[in-house]
Amino acid sequence: MRILVCVKRVPLTGGKMVLTADEQAIETRHLGFTISPHEECGVEEAVRLVEQHGGEVTVLTLGPPEAEEQVRETLAIGADRGIVLADGGEEWDAQATAAAIVATIEAEQAAGGDFDLIVFGNESADSGNYQVGIRVAHALGRPVVTGLKGLAVDGGQASCEQEVGGGRDVFRVPLPAVVTVLEGINLPRYPSVPAKLRARQKPIETRTPERPEPRLEKLRLVVPPGQGKQAEILGQGPEAAPAVVDVMRELGVA
Amino acid sequence: MAVLVLVEQEADDLSRQAIAFAGTLGEPEAFLVGGADVALPVQRAHVAEGLGAYAPGAWATALSEVIDRVQPSAVVAAGTERGNEVLAHVAARRGLPFAANCIAVDGDTVTRVRWGGSLLEEARIHSPLPLLSVAPHAVPAAEGAGSPEVETFTPALGDADLLVQVAEHVDEVSAGVSLAEAKVVISGGRGVGSADGFGILEELAALLDAAVGCSRVVTSAGWRPHTDQVGQTGTKVSPDLYIACGISGATQHIAGCKGAKKILAINSDAEAPILASADYAVIGDLTEIVPAITAELRKARTP
Ligand SMILES: Cc1cc2nc3c(=O)[nH]c(=O)nc-3n(C[C@H](O)[C@H](O)[C@H](O)COP(=O)(O)OP(=O)(O)OC[C@H]3O[C@@H](n4cnc5c(N)ncnc54)[C@H](O)[C@@H]3O)c2cc1C
Ligand SMILES: Nc1ncnc2c1ncn2[C@@H]1O[C@H](COP(=O)(O)O)[C@@H](O)[C@H]1O
Repeated sequence: MRILVCVKRVPLTGGKMVLTADEQAIETRHLGFTISPHEECGVEEAVRLVEQHGGEVTVLTLGPPEAEEQVRETLAIGADRGIVLADGGEEWDAQATAAAIVATIEAEQAAGGDFDLIVFGNESADSGNYQVGIRVAHALGRPVVTGLKGLAVDGGQASCEQEVGGGRDVFRVPLPAVVTVLEGINLPRYPSVPAKLRARQKPIETRTPERPEPRLEKLRLVVPPGQGKQAEILGQGPEAAPAVVDVMRELGVA
Repeated sequence: MAVLVLVEQEADDLSRQAIAFAGTLGEPEAFLVGGADVALPVQRAHVAEGLGAYAPGAWATALSEVIDRVQPSAVVAAGTERGNEVLAHVAARRGLPFAANCIAVDGDTVTRVRWGGSLLEEARIHSPLPLLSVAPHAVPAAEGAGSPEVETFTPALGDADLLVQVAEHVDEVSAGVSLAEAKVVISGGRGVGSADGFGILEELAALLDAAVGCSRVVTSAGWRPHTDQVGQTGTKVSPDLYIACGISGATQHIAGCKGAKKILAINSDAEAPILASADYAVIGDLTEIVPAITAELRKARTP
């Protein structure tokens, strides 16, 4: 099986959101970076499928050159190769992102390497557009099942499970297919030291697509109200228990 | 001008919020799938028959037919899994932008949620037909039964529309109080220290009829299942009281519990970021504080 997983580099924001002065981005000078937990689970799922059925996992990201770090981390989980699409230092909207991913897949196909399965996060951690996977599937004319909490592949068919109120909905689709996954579909492994060393040797190529004008154009970011409360300190240590119970009574929960 | 609203039977309240949101843009008309209750506060209801079990492609085809017929000025859905999914399909087919999880709209400018609600974005949507989903609880629901004019139709579905369709539903009965519905949620983070460390949280929870939740560090460590995780990529909770034990208060965790009426933080660090999101705090070691609260409650309850 050949599987493609799409991941997006995002800042690991801590206890509060701090914006740059121009309100166009999160201030990242003191932050680390990561990918969405959904995408991390997507990589783990792809690696498990290849461990089971044989094949290769490719990881693709559209981002700054530094996004190579995040791709390298997925190679340590067990992916085989990476592709970085340089974003030119600008944010791409969901339509443009999907188009760049589709063009890359078509170039891979032309070079003789199609993908049986293309894996996305259900939504990106930062912009949460809930659509890139669906747009890619549509452009390629492939079925897409979203929000998976379970996936099994057998004989050219994918059995996909969604968690819904009171149980699970099951979808069965033929491959090649597109899926979007949620955290909880698996528990990703911690990469071992040898796996991290091996990841250093794996290939990552960079390509530079052209950015079209955004059709959902970010004007500015705003920190919502509510950040920056000051908790009332009920006390220190176990002696605060009576005060806590008083609060519970006031709220009508005790 | 008509604004078309995708109404989901299973998400009545959120769909009614979408109707209210659409009302700020024009005259809401509902799109529903046969079998759904049409008693909605709208002018007209377009009911698609013959769709069977949920199939996003079929819903998108049916909705698209109504768009062609009604020529609305915008299409709105609740920001649910299905609402976002169906609008994304319509957007892909028509080559249009789609703004997910909006909280407000003013002309061609939307305010939408990022980072699960920890950040907002103002964006301009360049489109002849804005496709918008509405973030949960951004606006109050449109009330009332209403008696819209009902137009029933049977969409012309292609094979591809039914390639992805619910084939089977497996029932699962979950034990205990549901995290999403509990009046009190007691969550533990890294500070709980181990899977066994949750014993004292369980004990307090049993007294309060509370659900036990956790942070992502806890699920990543395998101490609790992901179904217990509260946050941006876990469950969103809205209890009367949320008790965060040994949780630092990362924005992605707060995204899941800020719907709580009150938050109580129990943390050994008086500088922990959670104190800026909490209403009350107790500073100290949770392994001493949590059992002390349990004991105090028991004492108060013995006559
Ligand atoms: C895109 C994305 C999505 C995410 N989604 C989620 C999500 O859904 N849910 C989620 O929780 N996280 C999520 N995270 C992770 C999040 O950023 C944090 O890493 C995580 O919430 C931290 O968990 P924690 O508070 O348990 O651990 P820590 O940050 O390590 O905090 C532990 C806290 O425990 C306190 N403590 C330690 N010992 C004691 C003691 N004995 N008594 C009292 N207090 C003690 C410490 O002072 C500290 O404040 C996400 C991250 C990303 C990037
Ligand atoms: N810049 C990007 N690079 C690679 N994949 C992306 C990018 N943006 C979004 N995706 C993928 O599309 C999914 C859904 O994103 P979105 O539609 O923005 O919520 C993400 O979880 C990723 O799998």
